[in-house]
Amino acid sequence: MFPAAFDYAAPATLAEALSVLKQRGDDAKVMAGGQSLIPLLKLRFAQPALVLDIGRLPGLAGVKRDNGHLTIGALTRHVDLERDTELGKTFSILPEAAHWIADPLVRNRGTMAGSVCHADPSGDWGSVILALNAELVAQSSAGERMIKAADFFKGPFATTLRPDEIVTAIRIAVSSAASGGSYQKLERKVSDFATVAVAVQVEMDGRKVARAGIGLTAVGETNIKAVAAEKVLAGQEPTDEVIAEAARQAAAAAEPKDDIRGTAAYKKDVVRVFVQRGLKAAIGRAQGGKA
Amino acid sequence: MKVTMRINGTERGGDVEPRVLLVDFLRTNLLLTGTHVGCDTSGCGACTVLLDGEPVKSCTMLAVQVEGRDIKTVEGLLQGGALSPIQVGFHEEHGLQCGFCTPGMMMVGSALLERNPDPTDEQIRWAISGNLCRCTGYMNIVKAIKHAAKMNQEAAKAGSHAEAVPAGGGE
Repeated sequence: MFPAAFDYAAPATLAEALSVLKQRGDDAKVMAGGQSLIPLLKLRFAQPALVLDIGRLPGLAGVKRDNGHLTIGALTRHVDLERDTELGKTFSILPEAAHWIADPLVRNRGTMAGSVCHADPSGDWGSVILALNAELVAQSSAGERMIKAADFFKGPFATTLRPDEIVTAIRIAVSSAASGGSYQKLERKVSDFATVAVAVQVEMDGRKVARAGIGLTAVGETNIKAVAAEKVLAGQEPTDEVIAEAARQAAAAAEPKDDIRGTAAYKKDVVRVFVQRGLKAAIGRAQGGKA
Repeated sequence: MKVTMRINGTERGGDVEPRVLLVDFLRTNLLLTGTHVGCDTSGCGACTVLLDGEPVKSCTMLAVQVEGRDIKTVEGLLQGGALSPIQVGFHEEHGLQCGFCTPGMMMVGSALLERNPDPTDEQIRWAISGNLCRCTGYMNIVKAIKHAAKMNQEAAKAGSHAEAVPAGGGE
């Protein structure tokens, strides 16, 4: 299958890329690893006039720690996060989620930021950045702005990124509190999209949960931040009852549809069970347990 | 659009439209037909090639993205006209039935052994999890990759290259 014809630009500098987007952003698609975009081009679901390949921009690959933030460059691939042993206990959700994305061949090309910008409601990273309260660094020729993950997703495959902007990095605040995360995913087979998946991140204050972040995958028009469930946990000791109530609230926030992967009722129940499991695993990790 | 890349150790180039996929560039422009097109939808891994040593799906890359980079295809596995250990492994362990998935499986297998010279069955299964074998000959594919690992290890112990088997020999 061939995509429809398009112009192709692969600038060597960010300034050049931003200037191209300023001129032609409305007709352009930005491509990093291309693992979501190229299949869409081949099926002709997307027919942009210009593909702007940012794959050659310098300095955008890799994970950096500075000023209390973890900064994941836009060209950091799934495999880079999957194999990053430095991410350790605090952000174990990143390698854990990466491990279950697509298949090893796709993970060698696809990027976290590219997947987030693709905004597929079945995408795994969207839930992870919602759980982590991450921010996206959006650059245009006019400058830089930060977009909160919770403000990013507008609808299926639609975001609040402007046509002249490129996401150059994902930024996550590094908490000084004991933290832990977990990504729970149900997929029918390797490389299938999630039937349901749940991202959980907690910060502890002694025996209490100081903050919990919960993101839901493949159960709505976008990745969903389960705000009511997060509130149930904040400031509470995570007893079985509290965890069960948070899981019920998360299931209530899910808006799945019946499809070949399962019924809506089934998926809601998987959300409930996965939030319970994810919370227990995340809290166990935060407390240094073996969970 | 002009594109130049290193393929199996040789500089190759062409003039392609940006929409031309890497797999079509390899097969149609360069007549390297060992790389197969299976599903053509990023699902099966038959088109796997190594990009700078890492396995990727050549049906899900544009040829122009590879400008200046290094590609290895199944044709590049031969070592001085002799079968490489991964090829010997597939031959000895009957790692193929129809053979359609074999180029992709061998590319993934050879890349795995570069990174992990002594993989467990589980690690091999995980490495080939993006490659489908419709004959469902996975058991022997795992054995074939293990066989190659063992050959590499024995060669390393002997302090020399793996014993070469002439191409096409042993049929």
